[in-house]
Amino acid sequence: MKTFSSPFFWLVLVVVGGVSLLPIVTNSPSLREDLFLMLMLVTLASSVNIIMGYTGYVSFGHIVYFGLGGYAAFYLMQNFSVHVLTAALIGGVVASLIAFLIGIPVLRLRGAYFALATIGINEAFRVLVNNLPFLGGSVGMLFSFSAYEPYGGGKSAQQFAYFAMVITALLTIATSFIIKKSKFGLGLMAIREDQDAAMVLGINPARTKVITYAISAFFPALAGAFFFFKNGTILPETAFELHRSIESLVMVMLGGYGTVTGPIVGAVVYERLRGFLITNPTLSQAHLVIAGALLLLIVLFVTAGVIGWLRQRFPAVRRYLE
Amino acid sequence: MTTVTSVILEIENVSKRFGGLLALDKVNLSVNEGEIFGIIGPNGAGKTTLFNVINGVYPPTAGRIKFRGEDLTGLQPYDMSKRGIARTYQVVRPLGELTVRENVTVGGCFGRENLPLEKAEKVADEVIDFVGLTARKEMLASKLNIAQKKRLEMARALAARPIMLLLDEVLAGLNPNEVADMLSVVRKIRERGVTIIMIEHLMHAVMNLSDRVFVLDYGAQIAEGTPQEVSNHPKVIEAYLGDPKVAQRFLEGSA
Repeated sequence: MKTFSSPFFWLVLVVVGGVSLLPIVTNSPSLREDLFLMLMLVTLASSVNIIMGYTGYVSFGHIVYFGLGGYAAFYLMQNFSVHVLTAALIGGVVASLIAFLIGIPVLRLRGAYFALATIGINEAFRVLVNNLPFLGGSVGMLFSFSAYEPYGGGKSAQQFAYFAMVITALLTIATSFIIKKSKFGLGLMAIREDQDAAMVLGINPARTKVITYAISAFFPALAGAFFFFKNGTILPETAFELHRSIESLVMVMLGGYGTVTGPIVGAVVYERLRGFLITNPTLSQAHLVIAGALLLLIVLFVTAGVIGWLRQRFPAVRRYLE
Repeated sequence: MTTVTSVILEIENVSKRFGGLLALDKVNLSVNEGEIFGIIGPNGAGKTTLFNVINGVYPPTAGRIKFRGEDLTGLQPYDMSKRGIARTYQVVRPLGELTVRENVTVGGCFGRENLPLEKAEKVADEVIDFVGLTARKEMLASKLNIAQKKRLEMARALAARPIMLLLDEVLAGLNPNEVADMLSVVRKIRERGVTIIMIEHLMHAVMNLSDRVFVLDYGAQIAEGTPQEVSNHPKVIEAYLGDPKVAQRFLEGSA
């Protein structure tokens, strides 16, 4: 496998993994909370990048798989006391399976039609869950006090959720890297550039896209499972939140769509920026305006994003910077 | 010719209808292994549609397509690619944001031999060298000029290690020097044993290169034979120049 011999692959994993250890070393719960959120955003952005950046299908409502994974896992933990890791894995498989089935018809659509359809899917699931009594309907579900006991109490459950999120983010980045550098990934990029030409070159686009869509649904589902496990509560509004979906698209565009490190950089920069704006007394009211203006500037002037721009500007780094 | 030739592609009574338009009307043809088979005809005659039907982009409305004895009617383009049919496009279709090398590697990866990535990259390097694009290997395909893009199309098709290659106007838009270069590339491909079907508007090129020529007009076959036979065929002259008598007068008048 080409990926494992790439020093850059290991460098990225070591950097992300190293940073993730900081809250443990410094024993800072607030830093841990910040990084939990950031790693979750990295996971969301990186996985949407697999279908959007590599394959060219803008999955606008990709957050639906975060919600589905969260709900599936929460339901299992709540009603059958399933361990969070098992529950998350099952949630991931459920999300991938649903993505697979939805992908068969929906991935036939191209461009804006596909993007619109994915928004519809997210809204449909939100409304559906709102009306399912066994999932708590509109009031959602809430852990009982004893839920964290098997993990050694609330505090160590938080710690556990953090490590699970670290692993999820690392797995997502590694998968994204492996796909990018593989024959499968080359097929995806051929589909992105010209689906009809790709087909004549020997690629079966329908099959390839559905598999990719299922893979890109798996990791948000894991993230959802750990996020709502840590929260102790899940609601349709927090699980299928469209603006989170849009934010992850901004992160991908900001960092550089179709690159491996772009979504990571995008997630970190966007989250830092948002944090700065919200806490700044004069700018706090304007933070969404500034975020919107930023997106506009990227789309107009630096379509390739930070990493994409570096790759274009300095062709010499293309070989290393993925 | 006295050499024993075997038929590689057989097209039997193939028709293709788009709504009210009959783009191909009961076309019959057979191509022998190792030959260069030229397809000519006025604009809109159905030449590219014929290619699209042969490599599975459109299923034929009626008729059969047999390749190396196997009935391939109705298969998808990617199935055709795996069986050894590759093509280039009249309007080039480079994968713009990928490099030349990546473009050609796609051909190797998903072509007849379904190569793993590393092997496909080796094949790509070799084919890129063959068409003379080595200096541009790391360039983005979108940055190439038209002649280079045509070569890229050719390289991508060749990387699939095809048995039969469909060339759709590879000479269009090239200057005389580039045409001469491209013709030598086509000859070299044939020397490797690849069967070639080419659509071409540049008459002198088709007539020089082809072993046999097939003429389409309004979706129907109007002539088939050696370049000499075809170029003297009254129906061909009519198709290109209108009424043969008028054409004759026109030719005499201009002489």
